[in-house]
Amino acid sequence: MDFTFTEDQLLFCDSVKNFLQAEITPESLRASWDTDTGRSDELWQTIVELGLTAMLVPEAQGGLGMNELDFILLAQECGRVALAEALVETALVATPLLSALVDKDPRCASLLEKIASGEIRVAVGHPANELVSDAHVADWLLLPSGDQIHLLARDQVKLVTQHSVDPSRRLFTVEWKATDETCLAGGPEGVQLLAASLNRGALGCAAQLVGLAEAMVSLTVDYTADRHQFGKAIGTNQALKHHMANCAVKSEFAKAPLYRAAYTLSKAPQNADFAVSHAKVAAGEAALLAAKNAIQSFGAMGYTWECDLHIFMKRAWALDKFWGHTGFHKNRLHQWLMNPNAKIGADKTFGIQG
Amino acid sequence: MDLNYTPEQIAFRQEVRQWLADNVPAEPLQSFDTEEGFEQHRQWEKTLAKGNWGMVTWPQEYGGRACNLIEWLIFEEEYYRAKAPLRVNQNGIFLLGPTLMEYGTPEQKERFITQMARGEEMWAQGWSEPGAGSDMAAIRSKAIRDGDEYVINGQKVWSTRAVFADWVFCIFRTDPDSERHHGLSFIFVPLDAPGVTVRPIPQLDGLPGFAEIFFDDVRVPVSNRLGDEGQGWHIAMATAGFERGLMLRSPARFQETAKRLVELYRAHQNDILDLTIEDAVVKSYMDAEAYALSTYQTASRLIKGGKIGAEASLNKIFWSELDQRMHETAMSILASRAELLPHSSAAGNVGAWLEGFLFSQSGPIYAGTNEIQRNIIAERLLGMPRK
Ligand SMILES: Cc1cc2nc3c(=O)[nH]c(=O)nc-3n(C[C@H](O)[C@H](O)[C@H](O)COP(=O)(O)OP(=O)(O)OC[C@H]3O[C@@H](n4cnc5c(N)ncnc54)[C@H](O)[C@@H]3O)c2cc1C
Repeated sequence: MDFTFTEDQLLFCDSVKNFLQAEITPESLRASWDTDTGRSDELWQTIVELGLTAMLVPEAQGGLGMNELDFILLAQECGRVALAEALVETALVATPLLSALVDKDPRCASLLEKIASGEIRVAVGHPANELVSDAHVADWLLLPSGDQIHLLARDQVKLVTQHSVDPSRRLFTVEWKATDETCLAGGPEGVQLLAASLNRGALGCAAQLVGLAEAMVSLTVDYTADRHQFGKAIGTNQALKHHMANCAVKSEFAKAPLYRAAYTLSKAPQNADFAVSHAKVAAGEAALLAAKNAIQSFGAMGYTWECDLHIFMKRAWALDKFWGHTGFHKNRLHQWLMNPNAKIGADKTFGIQG
Repeated sequence: MDLNYTPEQIAFRQEVRQWLADNVPAEPLQSFDTEEGFEQHRQWEKTLAKGNWGMVTWPQEYGGRACNLIEWLIFEEEYYRAKAPLRVNQNGIFLLGPTLMEYGTPEQKERFITQMARGEEMWAQGWSEPGAGSDMAAIRSKAIRDGDEYVINGQKVWSTRAVFADWVFCIFRTDPDSERHHGLSFIFVPLDAPGVTVRPIPQLDGLPGFAEIFFDDVRVPVSNRLGDEGQGWHIAMATAGFERGLMLRSPARFQETAKRLVELYRAHQNDILDLTIEDAVVKSYMDAEAYALSTYQTASRLIKGGKIGAEASLNKIFWSELDQRMHETAMSILASRAELLPHSSAAGNVGAWLEGFLFSQSGPIYAGTNEIQRNIIAERLLGMPRK
């Protein structure tokens, strides 16, 4: 038993973290809101050059052949800076989905090569989400229809823009037609792939939510040290200390479940439902509490558009309900736990749950 | 105790309901944080005024109906039931109005309440400053006496709807050598006076719902002062009582939200998977009723000559946290649609919940933060040690 990340995983995360914190700032995010796509091709190419889109692509397709656990800390860092580009979904959802179909359909191998090299981007639709994010900058879309998964080029679909409270998020309803040509998988295989995608999407959200929660706490800690009322820093008030301490407790106990979920997905994905739902619910709670206590600690300043806090709050509110809202995930936990045959107990924590 | 409405009160409810049915605009108005929306709401205030419904508790000579507080609660219940527009002049009618009644000279009442009641003058509140939020006694903006005038210099911030309002009621330091809550006075300033600059501040939804106000040698007559010189803090605390308690947030507002929440839940009942949501809906309804019941009790007590004191802080915490919880619950019910702005086609008719959710985040902050209210409750109501 060794519940730590490897030296390599930590070093890589650190270097990516430095890159993200230098490139993705509240100023750069605000500037992106005023652009047509809200996305930067240049930034995406840098992300590609760092090898981030290739991480989960199999070696045979020119990738690094890594897994969910290798990526999880990066996903958390993407949340911490509120990255708008769809890196987490590309790496954790689109790539594994295509990888699973590599032997079946030659199109998938070619798409994977191009994801790794940055030639194309792929967006993913899923029944858990009414909308598809970043469909406008995707060259290809993976879309569900019943138990089937279809592959369509962007010019084969019609996108209708939907506006999120988070100005960084770009969401679309997609109008399209399923044909035999576009179908990649269906039947029991389709069902299984959709279920796996949901878990990976939820894992990506959970990781970003933890990063967002910590980012909001860190902004607040700084602000409450600078802002003075009654002749002292407002952070000296026990009420505010407790607000932040409560957030730290929530985040701490979201992280270990998050890492277990990433581990389980990488080793035994067929048994990951429970671990993923646990991570998503805990991370959502941590991020929502951080948003609530952060705005409260900022006072009126936190209620403005000019204050950077809302960038993170709005992302947290949105991701908490993406790739399965809390109700969905809690329900999976209920269903599993209330089953009289559920394997529960201390000795089962790291075993196969289900 | 008699928990029945009198025949007169029942008739009054009918009269209000009928008038609102005949007059409330069929289409919802635009947000009053836009120029157009503000004008629409101003017109609505005038419509209310023509029917003498602007502020029913005011005396008839000022355009009111001399109603007591129970009748006012009934009016509010009907108002929210009819989905009538929010009151763009709420700072004026709910905060300044009652304060003027208590502290204004006959001339001031005649001049300001009448205009307010006619829907002619919209008011903003100018208390907070960059260095004086929770610590309001740290106010530094000055109004220095010069003959029959005050000369005002300084800056206010977070002034709700000051972008489009006509007047602002402020607290200024009239004694430059004074400290803390001494030497402050309550003064009215027209927002178009020379030397006044208003800088809009966009809120979470991007609209300029509040503003910064700069005063650069602004001159107003001494008759714009409410109460005595140096009595500003004392009067402001009375106004804050109206803000935290009874007036600004009448229970009907929350009861209407709770009712909508129950309806929203019923409409989505089959796809709700989180067992805690139904519980949160039921609790919301109970809490909204508890707030109404408590308010009826307070109103009855006030009618018999009672006063409202530190317990206004209990109200403030209760309604603001209830409002936040109700909107969080609605967001949970709406799940992945919750993040959609109202004009998104996929939002259907549920986008208003998001707007309410954003606004509910400010409830525990404005009108004195809930941390400050908890300090007041602990120290003044419960007598816990201050140091
Ligand atoms: C939507 C909105 C509308 C508003 N409209 C108006 C208006 O029309 N006119 C007007 O004058 N003002 C208005 N305000 C301002 C409001 O009155 C202030 O926001 C409030 O008084 C808090 O001040 P602050 O924002 O400076 O926060 P701060 O005082 O800086 O407080 C920040 C945090 O520190 C905490 N804190 C501070 N001191 C203590 C303490 N001693 N103990 C424990 N915790 C403490 C606070 O509770 C808060 O959580 C509005 C605010 C909002 C959000």
